[in-house]
Amino acid sequence: MLEIKNLSKMYDGGVQALNGVSFNVKQGEFLAVIGLSGSGKSTLLRCINRLIEPTGGQIIWDGQDVTAASQEEMRLIRRKIGMVFQHFNLVSRSKVITNVLSGRLGYVNPLLSSLNRFSKSDVDMALDQLDRVGIKNQAYKRADELSGGQQQRVGIARAMMQTPAMILADEPVASLDPVLAHSIMQYLEKINKEDGVTVLCSLHFLDLVHRYADRAVALNAGKLMFDGSPKEINDEKFREIYGKDAERVG
Amino acid sequence: MMKKSPLPKSIVVGLATLLTLIVFAYGFTVTKVNFEETRSEKRVASLTRILRALAHPKIFDYDYETVNVQEPFYLGCPEGGIEAPNPDRSAAFILVKSSCAEPGETIALEGHNFQENSSGPIYFVGFSPEAPDGVPLKMGDFQADAQGNFQVEVKLPNRQVKEEAQAIRAVGKTRIGAPKFSPEAKVTWEKIVETVFMALLATTFGTLLAVPISFFSARNLMSEVKSPLGSIALALIGWPLGMWLGIKTSQLLTLAFSSFFDSFFATLAGALILPAASLAFGKWFLANQNEDLEFRFERRLLNLLYTLMMSTLALAAVLFVGKFLLQLGAYLAPNKDVPLYFLRKFVSQLGEITAILAPVFAALVGGGVFGGFFAQTGQRASDKMPASAAKVFNLIAAPVAGATVAVLIMQGLDWFYQYNNPSVTLYTPAAIGAAFGLALAFVVKPKQPLPVGTVIYGIFRTLLNGTRSVEALIMAIVFVAWVGLGPFAGALALGLHTVASNAKLYSEQVESILSGPLEAIKATGANRLQTIVFAVVPQIIPPYISYTMYRWDINVRMSTIIGFVGGGGIGFVLQQNINLLNYRAASVNMLAIAIVVASMDYISSVLREKYV
Ligand SMILES: Nc1ncnc2c1ncn2[C@@H]1O[C@H](COP(=O)(O)OP(=O)(O)O)[C@@H](O)[C@H]1O
Ligand SMILES: [Mg+2]
Repeated sequence: MLEIKNLSKMYDGGVQALNGVSFNVKQGEFLAVIGLSGSGKSTLLRCINRLIEPTGGQIIWDGQDVTAASQEEMRLIRRKIGMVFQHFNLVSRSKVITNVLSGRLGYVNPLLSSLNRFSKSDVDMALDQLDRVGIKNQAYKRADELSGGQQQRVGIARAMMQTPAMILADEPVASLDPVLAHSIMQYLEKINKEDGVTVLCSLHFLDLVHRYADRAVALNAGKLMFDGSPKEINDEKFREIYGKDAERVG
Repeated sequence: MMKKSPLPKSIVVGLATLLTLIVFAYGFTVTKVNFEETRSEKRVASLTRILRALAHPKIFDYDYETVNVQEPFYLGCPEGGIEAPNPDRSAAFILVKSSCAEPGETIALEGHNFQENSSGPIYFVGFSPEAPDGVPLKMGDFQADAQGNFQVEVKLPNRQVKEEAQAIRAVGKTRIGAPKFSPEAKVTWEKIVETVFMALLATTFGTLLAVPISFFSARNLMSEVKSPLGSIALALIGWPLGMWLGIKTSQLLTLAFSSFFDSFFATLAGALILPAASLAFGKWFLANQNEDLEFRFERRLLNLLYTLMMSTLALAAVLFVGKFLLQLGAYLAPNKDVPLYFLRKFVSQLGEITAILAPVFAALVGGGVFGGFFAQTGQRASDKMPASAAKVFNLIAAPVAGATVAVLIMQGLDWFYQYNNPSVTLYTPAAIGAAFGLALAFVVKPKQPLPVGTVIYGIFRTLLNGTRSVEALIMAIVFVAWVGLGPFAGALALGLHTVASNAKLYSEQVESILSGPLEAIKATGANRLQTIVFAVVPQIIPPYISYTMYRWDINVRMSTIIGFVGGGGIGFVLQQNINLLNYRAASVNMLAIAIVVASMDYISSVLREKYV
């Protein structure tokens, strides 16, 4: 469903963040992206919905060449790809419900939505999504009044408003307590298993990878070092991914 | 990592000190610092006089009752003496030892039966055939005690001795009634109200304009706006074309409906029906938009057609509403004596504003609609065509666009410099612009997105910086020339300055917003407008409020002095009073300014704390 072919990204400063990365993602898969920080995980995920313009290679999604899509086509592609961020990226001064509703922006009339007018069905849907992540009662609070874990749930609800076929999650639990991390990961797992949404999730901790991912790809300095089941990551592979001096924890 | 200086430190310090001394010495000469002058008796005396006047602001006034008492008096005693004075003692009277004295002599004077505590001047009154009523010459003042008596010594004037009787006159003044506001205070009040409202209007309208401009001058928003050359070229053709069509449409509509505009009921009907109609049309249009078909050219052409119809309808609505307001205003405010005249008058002023803004609105909408459609068409063409076809497309479109822009620029300059020469204003720029466009089309890769946003950003920033560097006081001079002396000119100048300054401040706030939410909203498939509304606007509201308050504060300050150049408000009277050496009135003005500025300062700081 998603094919990454020889993808490269060179930043303006000359940093080669991705270097000829290729892999495929199957429909309904839970794929973990691992690697040290700075290895290019965020860059990879952002290239897929072209928040960052790749400098080489191709991304084929549902048979469509994402890298060649025009701006308008890109909007239509993006609205089917939800995104969840490490720092949640909520609009902190807006209400929770507004943040969730903004997930519908790709579908609604630009003019009407700019006046903050959403249809009843969209509002109901937003409340349902909040209910699903267990914070329906917080809907009319300001987003910055919520705790970190709650904010990330708002982030997930926002992504789900897009009725996505795929979710890109960029270290969704890296700024949360380990306990909360599992609850967030379980929501993603639920979305993946129950709704059949493909999930691409970059993760820091290998135990999370083992627990939730069907498959893992590993990056080191922008190069793909590993592509396979998390079980296959033995000590040798581990050192290839994380460098010689790395010590396995957890 | 300081570089080691080749000279010893002490020498460097010595040289720097010497240089500083020279600079300041020269500065003293240039600024004509003159301490001698500050000490001279004349200067000190006038300073004292002014400061004392300023310390007595003429805020209150009293009604006075005056008593005028006059006694005959001879300057130069005639031979044989004269009769002893014997005034009527039933009312206020003055007494002198002798009714004659030599010029320049000091004489004792008594007064009795005056109003208790009254005071006033004492005159020597000279009579002559030319002035049978007498010419008073002030000799001094008196102050009566609680019983109404006084004693003073006055010096007679050094006038020629005269045989005929002249006179000494005392004018007693008593305050009656409660203190009331002086005319100066009333004028000050009127003008300070004018001042505050001038600042209010300038801040409001300046801010309204500054907000959209600030988005165009924010680098983080604009640097993402990139288009291929074909799209830019078509947009550059579409915008002026659309603006011209918009203005033409507004003129045509005005002409077509002119027979209705004189009738109250016809304009009323238009003002009711047309807005409703355009709203209904708009709703229908929005409901019938089908996204999946949106990319088809026929569909977009149809959309363009509908948009144009809706805009025309809306423009007609605006025109009718404006005319209706004018009619209504004329009916409500037939003359200045009706109660609440200012409110009634405001109705027709609203109508006038609408009438002024209608062509502007038409031009902007026309430009936006056509520019947008053309840009989109160019974008789609570039996207869909193979590279070679796109190149050909660019080679045609870019020269046309270049020629259009160059001709428009020269037409603008022609207005200033009046070349009146088509070769300068038409053919040459068309040729140069076309050549430039052609060159660009050759150099640029056909589908490469060019950073138009950054260019627009640069243009806006340059314009803003240029405008901001001209002080509001100087702008006021230009506006006074245009709309005449008075607060309107001042408000326009302050408003323009507000646009420039606040757009800059605002755009800096836009540049410092968090990029995370922006990225998240973009990732949902939101378009640019939606991204701004949902990710940018919530983040900038607090600083925008804060800066608007701050500007309101500055505008109140500025509006107090903008009258110095004819811009109306309190500054206008203050300057007059200073020029007329009317320092006690000027003192009232300054007091009012101080109070208003200080309270604005306070209010705005309280509000800022509360909302930010
Ligand atoms: N906007 C940018 N400009 C220049 N270099 C960047 C930018 N963003 C990331 N990089 C660099 O690209 C590399 C990959 O970064 P990133 O994708 O954020 O890695 P990860 O998410 O795995 O930590 C790093 O070396 C980083 O410094
Ligand atoms: Mg990262």
